[in-house]
Amino acid sequence: MSTTRDDALSTQPAPVDGGGAGGSVSQPRLGPVGWLRYAWRQLTSMRTALFLLLLLSVAAIPGSTFPQRSIDAARTAQWLTDHPTAGPILDRLGFFEVYASPWFAAIYLLLFVSLIGCVAPRSRIHWHQMRSRPPRAPRRLERLAAHRELEVEGDPDAVRERLRQALRSRRYRVHAHDGVTLSAEKGYLKESGNLVFHLALIGVLVGVAWGHLLGWKGDVILPVGQTFANTLSRYDTFSPGPWVDPTDLDPYTIRLDRLDVEFETEDTGRGQFGAPRDFLASATLTDAEGREEEREIAVNRPLETGNGTVFLLGNGYAPRITVRDADGTVIYSDATPFLPEDNNYTSVGAVKVAGAQPDQLGFAGFFLPTGVIDDERGPHSVFPDTLDPQLALTAFQGTLFPAGAPQSVYTLDTAEMTPLPGKDGEGQLRILLRPGDTFDLPEGRGSITFDGIERFAGLSIRTDPGKMLTLVSALLALGGLVLSLVVRRRRVFVRVRPAGEPGRTVVSVGGLAKDDDEGMDDEVAAVLTAPEGTR
Amino acid sequence: MTDTSLAQLSNQAVYSAMAVLTLAMLAYALYLARIAPGHADDASQEAVRERRLVTAGNATDADQDGPVEPAAPDAAQTGGPGDAEPRGARQAAGVGWALTLLGTALLVAGVGLRAAEVHRWPLGNMYEFALVGAMFTLLGFIGWSTRRDLRWLGLFVVTPVLLTLGAAVVVWYTDASELMPSLKSYWLAIHVTVATMTVAVFTIGAALGVLYLVQDRLEAGGGARRSFMARLPSARALERLTYAAHVVAFPMWTFTVIAGAIWARQAWGSYWNWDPKEVWSFVIWTVYAAYLHARATTGWKRQNAVWIALAGFVCVILNFAVVNVYFVGQHSYSGL
Repeated sequence: MSTTRDDALSTQPAPVDGGGAGGSVSQPRLGPVGWLRYAWRQLTSMRTALFLLLLLSVAAIPGSTFPQRSIDAARTAQWLTDHPTAGPILDRLGFFEVYASPWFAAIYLLLFVSLIGCVAPRSRIHWHQMRSRPPRAPRRLERLAAHRELEVEGDPDAVRERLRQALRSRRYRVHAHDGVTLSAEKGYLKESGNLVFHLALIGVLVGVAWGHLLGWKGDVILPVGQTFANTLSRYDTFSPGPWVDPTDLDPYTIRLDRLDVEFETEDTGRGQFGAPRDFLASATLTDAEGREEEREIAVNRPLETGNGTVFLLGNGYAPRITVRDADGTVIYSDATPFLPEDNNYTSVGAVKVAGAQPDQLGFAGFFLPTGVIDDERGPHSVFPDTLDPQLALTAFQGTLFPAGAPQSVYTLDTAEMTPLPGKDGEGQLRILLRPGDTFDLPEGRGSITFDGIERFAGLSIRTDPGKMLTLVSALLALGGLVLSLVVRRRRVFVRVRPAGEPGRTVVSVGGLAKDDDEGMDDEVAAVLTAPEGTR
Repeated sequence: MTDTSLAQLSNQAVYSAMAVLTLAMLAYALYLARIAPGHADDASQEAVRERRLVTAGNATDADQDGPVEPAAPDAAQTGGPGDAEPRGARQAAGVGWALTLLGTALLVAGVGLRAAEVHRWPLGNMYEFALVGAMFTLLGFIGWSTRRDLRWLGLFVVTPVLLTLGAAVVVWYTDASELMPSLKSYWLAIHVTVATMTVAVFTIGAALGVLYLVQDRLEAGGGARRSFMARLPSARALERLTYAAHVVAFPMWTFTVIAGAIWARQAWGSYWNWDPKEVWSFVIWTVYAAYLHARATTGWKRQNAVWIALAGFVCVILNFAVVNVYFVGQHSYSGL
């Protein structure tokens, strides 16, 4: 930002310091308008902008040290449980939603108001400057920061004309206010770039806000072979912007045909064995008109549908489980997604058999792609691929959905359920199944079969109508920034006068730069040697 | 997929680079020690004594060679170290320069071998970031040195580079391996390369900033200036160099953030998700923006502005060394 604003500050109607000797000196009075103007000048001053910038950087930090609800709700809840005293206080202060908190918003909104208050008048001034001529040469050029004088061959008019050409060729805008001086200026792009940078930042903010208001995102877990229809009810979670009509979604469908996953099996370096190497989902996209198209979705290669972009953000296993009643009638059969909990895909999930009689049946437990069960860690997986898949479940009977309250599909609410007892009537029934295994439930409750394994894809479908505005603004800001930092604003003034002997001229050149400019002296020297060089 | 012999060669190149750079550091330290005023073979004093002898009348000895030789031509024009440097100092600087070139070449080889070994851009984990960041810092120093005399800066560039390499080898070393799927993108080459380049320029800028603050304090104190700092550029010149480095780095960092956002949208579905790394990149951006504003504000001391820039560099270091390792986020890399 320019330094002129601070000069303006010195004329602000601030209360004059009336302290000291003359305690009775009456202070100038500020009416309400005066105070408003004073507040506005303060807000739009460079110091305030600087302070707000630093404050913004400090205020952003808690968002990285505390878990954020919008990013990881589970970790946030865990943190709150672990810190029963500090948790609720910090929560009320918005530390778990820093970037949506009033104080964070207050800082950046004040900063942007300050920015507008600074940039708007500067834009007006710059607009006038760009269309006006360089100012008149000061009377005493030797007082300028850079100044040189030289006596050269030629009469004053001819010398001045040569200097005018020299300045033009150095891309100066040149004007002669009178017969003996030249005023030249260049580097208007510095201020233009600076203004573009600041205005473009407003564009970034508007783009972000636009995307927040009109964008939406929804997540869905889709086992291989199943079809997702883009309607609100099919989403596992759906978060629309405040101005989004969630019933107005394009009715396309996506069938997941294959999901190819590759894990590291050779490299045993630190953290490498079992690391994911490739995810590729093959899907069939059917648009609203019924046109089918085979498409691929991969990490870094989302699928554009025209109404939402489909990202492959997760994957896991959905064991196919069948539950039969005592007569052998199938009462549950589905590829049931289990949520991976660690890098080796130790996954948790639940099977809810609402149709079981007389009591509803529920199974909860782990799916282990490469299962190991030890006393210390319990059931866990040691490799993410299905080398030795196992299903470790416990069984419950009772009411699955007490009072019809919403609950996670991956956990069982056992408030109104009792565990099925173990073999000898003691403890809890533990079921361990490998693909193809069937387990007969005690006391004629039927059986549960682990038929096989499907993979599922965690798809996230998102729109952000503001993203192009944000991107274009950000790139404009970058361009403006480079211009404002690279271009130098320089003014050069020339005055010629006849020297003592006829046919010779004394040339006086002064230079004035916007900020401290190492090269100004050289610039003046270069301009000054021009009439000699062209002689 | 990975070639063990290439991996070993890469490691050997890095170790050799560290050994060579250690010697370069010593040579540059020696250089600074020898240009310090009051040093035993300080050029200017010798020169003065020499001239006195000459003027004392023994005209025949006038052509006797003193320890004074014309300084490097670029030294004088940039107002760098005095125009009469002792021969020992010049030799030390020359050795430092040659060793820096050799060490950089070895480091480039180390990075190249690692890339060849994994058949990918060598920017997949913290070890590789540190290696490439150190390499860019040296290349930036070498590049800038061809335009002005920066021998006095050698020690202050080579030392942080060595520290970085040491940490890379001891703490962050990771066997070369393939990338996780979200890193497999050409944006890796764009975003992370520019990010490491920017950190390199910020490093040089921070070194200059520290030198400026020290020089400024010495100049304010006036008095006896017997340290090598007397032969470094003035505080004013150092402040300008600090600013110059940041003027280059700040737009680069802006680009890094924009490129990261574009990639984040592709890989994670959202261009800005307040991931810890994104938070800290934002913090760094605002702090350096504050530096540029502070410097443009009349009435703000240049010293305070430079302090803000140094705070920005602390954030850069935290963003690399702490955020990557201790903060849970999407920038957590495979095996570091």
